[in-house]
Amino acid sequence: MKLDGTIMGYRRENGRVGVRNHVILLPLDDLSNAACEAVGNNIKGTLALPHPYGRLQFGKDLDLHFRTLIGAGSNPNVAAVVVIGIEPVWTQKVVDGIAKTGKPVAGFAIEQRGDVQTIAAAALKAKEFVQWAGELQRVPCPIKDLWVSTKCGESDTTSGLATNPTVGNAFDKLYANGNTLVFGETTEITGGEHLVAARCRNEKVRNEFMAYFNRYQDIVEANKTNDLCDSQPTKGNIEGGLTTIEEKALGNIQKIGKKCVVDGTLDKAEAPTGPGLWFMDSSSAAAEMVTLCAAAGFVVHFFPTGQGNIIGNPILPVIKLSSNPRTVRTMNEHIDVDVSGVLRRELNMDQAGDKLLEMMVRTANGRSTSAEALGHREFVFTRLYESA
Amino acid sequence: MSVQFIVHEPGDMVGVVVVEGVKAGQELTGWIMDGDKTISMKVLNDIPIGHKLALKDLSKGDTVIKYGTDIGKVVAPIKAGEHLHVHNVKTKRW
Repeated sequence: MKLDGTIMGYRRENGRVGVRNHVILLPLDDLSNAACEAVGNNIKGTLALPHPYGRLQFGKDLDLHFRTLIGAGSNPNVAAVVVIGIEPVWTQKVVDGIAKTGKPVAGFAIEQRGDVQTIAAAALKAKEFVQWAGELQRVPCPIKDLWVSTKCGESDTTSGLATNPTVGNAFDKLYANGNTLVFGETTEITGGEHLVAARCRNEKVRNEFMAYFNRYQDIVEANKTNDLCDSQPTKGNIEGGLTTIEEKALGNIQKIGKKCVVDGTLDKAEAPTGPGLWFMDSSSAAAEMVTLCAAAGFVVHFFPTGQGNIIGNPILPVIKLSSNPRTVRTMNEHIDVDVSGVLRRELNMDQAGDKLLEMMVRTANGRSTSAEALGHREFVFTRLYESA
Repeated sequence: MSVQFIVHEPGDMVGVVVVEGVKAGQELTGWIMDGDKTISMKVLNDIPIGHKLALKDLSKGDTVIKYGTDIGKVVAPIKAGEHLHVHNVKTKRW
């Protein structure tokens, strides 16, 4: 498939390309969810992103909270942002972070004002943003300007046979095209870490990758009560035929293809600084990982599934693919790309990769993903440790 | 030609059943992806779609190879054609 063409996207103030045009209502903290949802009810065309955190966090965990909020607001799929928080100082910190992109953003604090007045003021601003965003036009943008993330879920053995290699084939083509790509799922590389290490561009990147990998292994070792046979692989993975973490990992890393080189590593929710393939240290839980990708600035996501993970994200379109014929049959409304033909030898890997890339282009041009149409808006933050 | 199980690499000790309804005693056709070869194997158990069959006899303590790589250790003896899963293979990690 030719990737030197264009898609119709939104060219944002900072030059990045988005494929959606959301006006989001972003709560700084759990207490501000109600006000954001009230504004969302009043002003049609906005999207409230409730979440359960933001109080008494500190240190690196607080840094990650801000990075996630500011990153989500800065994502090019977002046209404008209303931030609501209980306190003005932290609210303003998120507003200032998002404002660096040049997009419209306004913050409202609830203390000394109450929900009702805050909602009224924020709703007027949200109305202004929605009407402004509605007039923004899609313009031709090079496909290479798309930042594409991947993470798989409810994997089974068909994931490793065909679905993840389909992503790998697409990633190899996008890599050669100059796109910006990311993968992660640190614990889910266990058993294949030597293969990822061998794919790192140089010693520096390899050392960074192994440091992230080993740190996560230490967390597992310190907290485990068994061999994680109840959670990694998951019960769904085991039902689907995956036996050990090593087997799951070897299937997982098929997503980085055969030719891509790991050009750099990223901390959670950290934005890459150039094109190429990036490894992001991240949870293997689907909603956490996809939220981190959204916060890092990715605009399209490839999500291969075996047994049928149904995840979506409010701002990052999640394209779901499967090669398990039973899943494609029983959960068809969740699957955007059916590559089960690979297992029947009706479709080769090159054709499967192109099929996914064609869906990427259609999605970028505006086709709703199944997860979007079904209303899946999982916005799930990664926490590093307890609140103070 | 359609196949009932798939093997990643020639040296692998397991195949993955990719059709529904496989019953004990069936003679299955398998496809080794890397090298594009076809093999056949009689299964000794009912095996659900996505689950693995052993391609050779394995003893307790043996390493199981899939993708040409170590995926864990055998904890109970397995005959060629038997269902290989969490009841007879465990991780070497964690």
